[in-house]
Amino acid sequence: MTTESETPAPEPSADEPGADAPGVDAPGADEPGVDEPGVDVTPAALALIAELVEEHGPLMFHQSGGCCDGSAPMCYPRGELRLGARDVRLGTVGEQPFYIGGDQYERWKHTRLTLDVVAGRGAGFSLEAPRGVRFLIRSDLCEPT
Amino acid sequence: MRYASPNTEGSLVHYASRYENFIGGEFVAPKGGRYFENISPVTGKPFCEVARSSEADVERALDAAHGAKVAWGKTPAAERSRLLLKIADVMEENLEMLAVSETWDNGKAVRETLAADLPLAIDHFRYFAGCLRGEEGTMAELDEHTVAYHLKEPLGVVGQIIPWNFPLLMAAWKLAPALAAGNSVVLKPAEQTPATIMLWAELIGDILPPGVLNIVQGFGVEAGKPLAQSPRVAKVAFTGETTTGRLIMQYASENIVPVTLELGGKSPNVFFADVMAEDDAFRQKALEGFAMFALNQGEVCTCPSRALVQESIYDEFMKLAEARTRAIEPAHPLDTDTRIGAQASNDQLEKILSYIDIGKKEGAKLRCGGERVTLPGELEGGYYVAPTIFEGDNAMRVFQEEIFGPVVSVARFSDFDDAISIANDTLYGLGAGVWTRNVHAAFKAGRAIEAGRVWTNCYHLYPAHAAFGGYKKSGIGRETHKMMLEHYQQTKNLLVSYDPEPMGFF
Repeated sequence: MTTESETPAPEPSADEPGADAPGVDAPGADEPGVDEPGVDVTPAALALIAELVEEHGPLMFHQSGGCCDGSAPMCYPRGELRLGARDVRLGTVGEQPFYIGGDQYERWKHTRLTLDVVAGRGAGFSLEAPRGVRFLIRSDLCEPT
Repeated sequence: MRYASPNTEGSLVHYASRYENFIGGEFVAPKGGRYFENISPVTGKPFCEVARSSEADVERALDAAHGAKVAWGKTPAAERSRLLLKIADVMEENLEMLAVSETWDNGKAVRETLAADLPLAIDHFRYFAGCLRGEEGTMAELDEHTVAYHLKEPLGVVGQIIPWNFPLLMAAWKLAPALAAGNSVVLKPAEQTPATIMLWAELIGDILPPGVLNIVQGFGVEAGKPLAQSPRVAKVAFTGETTTGRLIMQYASENIVPVTLELGGKSPNVFFADVMAEDDAFRQKALEGFAMFALNQGEVCTCPSRALVQESIYDEFMKLAEARTRAIEPAHPLDTDTRIGAQASNDQLEKILSYIDIGKKEGAKLRCGGERVTLPGELEGGYYVAPTIFEGDNAMRVFQEEIFGPVVSVARFSDFDDAISIANDTLYGLGAGVWTRNVHAAFKAGRAIEAGRVWTNCYHLYPAHAAFGGYKKSGIGRETHKMMLEHYQQTKNLLVSYDPEPMGFF
C-alpha cells in the first residue's frame, strides 16, 4: 500500500475549540500543528477527498468508535460535528483536519493511522456513503522515538 | 436443509425489483426519483433497488406522522395493544419467509433468524402490547382536598434510526414501545439492510392507521440526518456508533429533545477457574459461552469480544475453546446447519481484516482464523471470515475497539480483582459475561463490572422484560423492558383542588 505522509497544513480555523492538549486542533491559525501526531492518507482516499470537497466544500474527519459503522472514520462538512475540549487533532488529510476523541486517542496513540477507501455501503452520516464507497482506517505501529 | 435462494424457483421469498418508502399507509416513490442498489452479502450481488430518500421525503413522512399522532395517542390502550398483537400474529404466520429474507439481506445464518431474530421480534410486540395493558398513572393525595394526578402521555412523533445487524429485530425493539406508548414514528432503516422491513410493511402495513408508522429508506447523510435534525420530532432513538451518537445528541440539543443511544461495546467474558472444576454439562456451557463471539458473525453490539480466562486454567480451557471455535465454519447462510454466515457488507469485511492486521502487528498471537474465507459457487463474491482467536494484552487495539466481526481477543487474569480491573479497562460498558460455579463470586463480579447487562452463566440472551443498555460510552437509555415506555412518554401532572374555599391570599 502506498501512502503519502502529509505535513500538517496551517489551519485557519481559530474558532475551533480545545487548543490546550497536545495535538488538539490547530495551534492557532499561524502555526502548522507541530505537535500533531499525524495521519497518513492513500492516493485513493486523497482522490475521494478532492471529489467530496468539490461537492461539499471544506471537510472534517472524526474517528468513530463503537458498533455497526463505528471503529471507522466519519467525514462531514467542516464544522458539522461540534468539537469538544478533549478531541485531538491528529493532523490533516488532503488539507482536511482529522480528529479523534481524547479518550480514544489515549488507547490508539501507539498506532499510526492511514486513511484509505474501500467499496462499501453505509456509514452513519458520513458524506462518501452514497458513492458506494467507505473510508477505512489502516494502522501501523508507531516507530519508537 | 437448505432454503432456496430468493428469486429462484421454490424460494419463500420473491423480491420486487424496486422498493419505495412507506408513508401515510402507502408505498410512495421518493420525491427525487432516485434509488440505490441493495446487495446481498451472501453473494456480494445486488438483488433489488430501494428508495434513495432526501429531506423532502422525510418531511412528507413527518407530515403523515403529525397527521396521525393525535388520534393514535387517544386510541384506547386496549385497541393499541390489540393492533400490536395482530402485527405479532401476522409476523408469526410469515416467520419462515421473513427469516429467509433477513438472511439474504444481512448475511446471517438462517438458523439464527429462525430461532432468534424473528421469534424475538414477534415477542417484543407481544410484550409491549401486554405492558401497555398493565400501565397506570399515579395519584398522590397532597392534602385532604388536593390531589396530584400523574398521567402518561405520548411524546407525539418520534424518529428512529436503526442498525443493520438485526434489521427487523432492532426495528421491533424500537417500534414496539414507541407505538405502544401512543407515538407516531418515522423510521430510517440501515441502508445495508433495507429489504426485509419492506416485506414486513407489505404484510402489516394496513393494521395500523395510516401515518402512525412511516418508513423512509436511504443513506444516513441524506435521510437519517434530516430526520435527526428535524424540529418536528419529539425524540430521536439511534443505535450505531459514537461519533454519529455525538452528532445526534448535538442535533437534539438544538431542538431540546431527548435521545436514546445505543453505541456499542467491547464486552468482557470472564471465565473463573472453577468452570473447569468438573468435566460436566456446565463446563460445556461455559465453552459454548466463549464461542458466542461468533454469533451473528460477531456483528452484535454486545459481542463477547474480550475473553478473560483465569491463568490457572488458561491452557486447558483455551485448548478446548479453540477446538470449539475451529468447528464453526462459514457456509451457505440459507443452510439450517450453518453456524456462521456472511459479514453484512464489503466495508465491514475490510474493517475486520484491517483489525486482524493491526492485531498481528501489535504482536497478538493468532490462534486460529484470521482470514477471509472464499466459498464456492454463488457464494464466491460473499463476505465470509473465519472465526478468529487472538491472544494478547488488554492494551492492544484489538482489545479496545469494537471490530464487529467474529474476532475474540483473549487475555489471562490472576485473581478476582485483576479480572474486574481488566474487564473495566474499556471506554464502553454495554454487556459482559461472568462464568463461575461460585454464586458469591458471580454476584460480586456482576456488580463490580461497569456494564448495563452482565450475563451470569449465560450469554447472548435477549428476552423482552430484561433491560438492555449501556454504561459509559455505550449510550444512554434502556431497551427491551417496560421502562422503555417511559422513554417514549411525557408525564402530565394535573394538580387539582377539590376545596371550594378561596385560599384567602388576595
